[in-house]
Amino acid sequence: MKKKLTTIPFKGTQAQEAQLDELIAKNKDIPGALMPVLQGAQEIYGYLPQEIIRHIALGMDKSVSEVYGVASFYSQFTLTPKGEFAVSICLGTACYVKGSGKLMEEFEKELGIKAGETTADGKFSLTDTRCIGACGLAPVLTVNSDVYGRLTPAEVKGIVDKYR
Amino acid sequence: MVRSHVLICGGTGCTSSNSTAIMEKMKAELEAVGLQDEVSVVLTGCFGLCALGPIMVVYPEGTFYSRVSVDDVTEIVNEHLVKGRPVKRLVYDETLSGDEILSLNETGFYKKQHRVALRNCGVINPEVIDEYIGADGYQALAKVVTEMTPEEVIKCILDSGLRGRGGAGFPTGRKWEFASKVQSDKKYVCCNADEGDPGAFMDRSILEGDPHAVLEAMAIAGYAIGSDEGYIYVRAEYPIAIKRLQIAIDQAHEYGLLGKNIFGTDFSFDIQLRFGAGAFVCGEETALMTSIEGKRGEPRPRPPFPAVKGLFGKPTILNNVETYANIAQIINNGPEWFSAMGTETSKGTKVFALGGNITNTGLVEIPMGTTLREVVEEIGGGIPNGKKFKAAQTGGPSGGCIPASLIDTPMDFENLIAIGSMMGSGGLIVMDEDSCMVDIAKFFLAFTVDESCGKCTPCRVGTMRLLEILNKITDGNGEMEDLDRLEELCNYIKSASLCGLGQTAPNPVLSTLRYFRDEYIAHIRDKKCPAGVCKSLLSYTIDAEKCKGCTLCSRVCPAGAISGTVKQPHVIDLTKCVKCGACMEKCKFGAIERK
Repeated sequence: MKKKLTTIPFKGTQAQEAQLDELIAKNKDIPGALMPVLQGAQEIYGYLPQEIIRHIALGMDKSVSEVYGVASFYSQFTLTPKGEFAVSICLGTACYVKGSGKLMEEFEKELGIKAGETTADGKFSLTDTRCIGACGLAPVLTVNSDVYGRLTPAEVKGIVDKYR
Repeated sequence: MVRSHVLICGGTGCTSSNSTAIMEKMKAELEAVGLQDEVSVVLTGCFGLCALGPIMVVYPEGTFYSRVSVDDVTEIVNEHLVKGRPVKRLVYDETLSGDEILSLNETGFYKKQHRVALRNCGVINPEVIDEYIGADGYQALAKVVTEMTPEEVIKCILDSGLRGRGGAGFPTGRKWEFASKVQSDKKYVCCNADEGDPGAFMDRSILEGDPHAVLEAMAIAGYAIGSDEGYIYVRAEYPIAIKRLQIAIDQAHEYGLLGKNIFGTDFSFDIQLRFGAGAFVCGEETALMTSIEGKRGEPRPRPPFPAVKGLFGKPTILNNVETYANIAQIINNGPEWFSAMGTETSKGTKVFALGGNITNTGLVEIPMGTTLREVVEEIGGGIPNGKKFKAAQTGGPSGGCIPASLIDTPMDFENLIAIGSMMGSGGLIVMDEDSCMVDIAKFFLAFTVDESCGKCTPCRVGTMRLLEILNKITDGNGEMEDLDRLEELCNYIKSASLCGLGQTAPNPVLSTLRYFRDEYIAHIRDKKCPAGVCKSLLSYTIDAEKCKGCTLCSRVCPAGAISGTVKQPHVIDLTKCVKCGACMEKCKFGAIERK
């Protein structure tokens, strides 16, 4: 999957940086620790800004290209900030057969963005996700940690309105 | 003293529909009536029947409540637990027979199942090690380290005929044997819990419902091959599984069942968790190990095989979660017990994740060799809404579609490959007549294009070209020669790709071409999608006889394509129509036709 780089300027706090440095120091000498560090950094900042990728490369004594290579390889890592409410729609097979593609279309219409984008006000982001393993509830989607199952496209507007 | 047990499903499906809140309410209500010491509330792993979640079972009666909501809890406490009268309106209707409430094992969904890998799921509390030990847990590990030699352990697994449940079906004992014979100062035991097949969730359910079974089996594997360290590579998308695994590891440490000198012997074994980050290719063994090493999860050529040179360049065995879930029971019950189940070449049971257009979605565990018909019609409860069975897809993006004509095929490793599909990890998606098979092939190809790691050309470029040809066909621009092109390209990709992802990626195309060729031809020659899915090939018309001229359709049409005056039949301008189907959904008279 091609990753989009963000144009939104990076705003990090000192406290976040201290947290990140602690994480790096703890993992630096463990073999194969780059992934856990990236996962931790994404938890701290919500995404992986270029500045942070550079910071991690320096701290872990790796090249920026290697760190960026790993960050861009895995779909869990995001290089753009997510919206305040992150909508992810399951496009796994069971959900797809039950019409989750239509849910995606409806959300794109309702929010005016495409999958992988964030609304201009930073409120909503829309992504597709692989099977979340709740196939009994298909079609299913999540908004942050709220789960919605057995949905029809007609219910989409109501869900968006709840968070607006 | 405890007189009743209330089991509430804490699997991902039921948690998503609020089972944790139901448990909290249950505890509060029990306290309110002073029964907290007499009724024990247990949050278990997955029961399997996810379609009916949230699920609650009350023992000793075994009353099975389905689709319970937080508001129902008070009634269950007051009626059932205080007065002993089950709340009939919430009881799963298949267990109701007149006034009697039947055992769960007599329902269509559970009757034909045989639970080995899932035996503790929905039975024990996965966060309490004592419950696992109470269910004969860690007995096998004790027997192995105190009474058996590594050779005896490997022979036992070999004799059982156990084959890998993750996809390829390689004999587990052989894998262990290879690794045990390699001399090295360090060896690793890995567990593949990166369940990436969209539509399969048995590994997640085992990790959530019975995490100690996996830990115990990994320690046994460690003893057999001479390793003291294990890694579980689990998807970050499975937060409940991760949490319970961590609890299980900590408790096993506390009890001395992991760590140094297990059971007072020289054998030491420890397990670490690593989280996947959403890359399907990491289900491939060499890619998974590269990922644990902290790199891009790209596969590498074999040989050298991981048993010789795997994680961090050391001999490594990698097995899937479901494979591990069988190990302790094979040791406890003997290899003959295991090999008595299943078919000639495929022993034991297999867990399938039943999903799609089927009444009972959920997890089912059946002896190898059970026919697809039994799974769909008896266990699955058939196709809902009076639709017809069209095909079943097994093996996810690596598998194929099984048509209705082959519904009596006994499912085992060899039979599924012979009919152009594969076992894979056990996803089984049922499709009814409304599914377009070209669209399904396209769906899987879009998946593999997205997930191809890009290392080898046949997979990276080939799958993209396949997808383009499929798009051309569903857009209505296909030519008959495209079918030959598809087949030729599929065969190139299969034979030239580096890893399992590429080698199996063409299967969805090949199997639909084999069994549903007429549908491809309808798209190409007649420019029609028989199932009414492919948008470019659809046209909407209004039946003038049925149209009452209510104007509803013209008001909902986003493209302004519908015109007409009140109480007169309306007309759709096909040049403006965007084929969204909004008019058809709104029409109260069934006057709009889609062809």
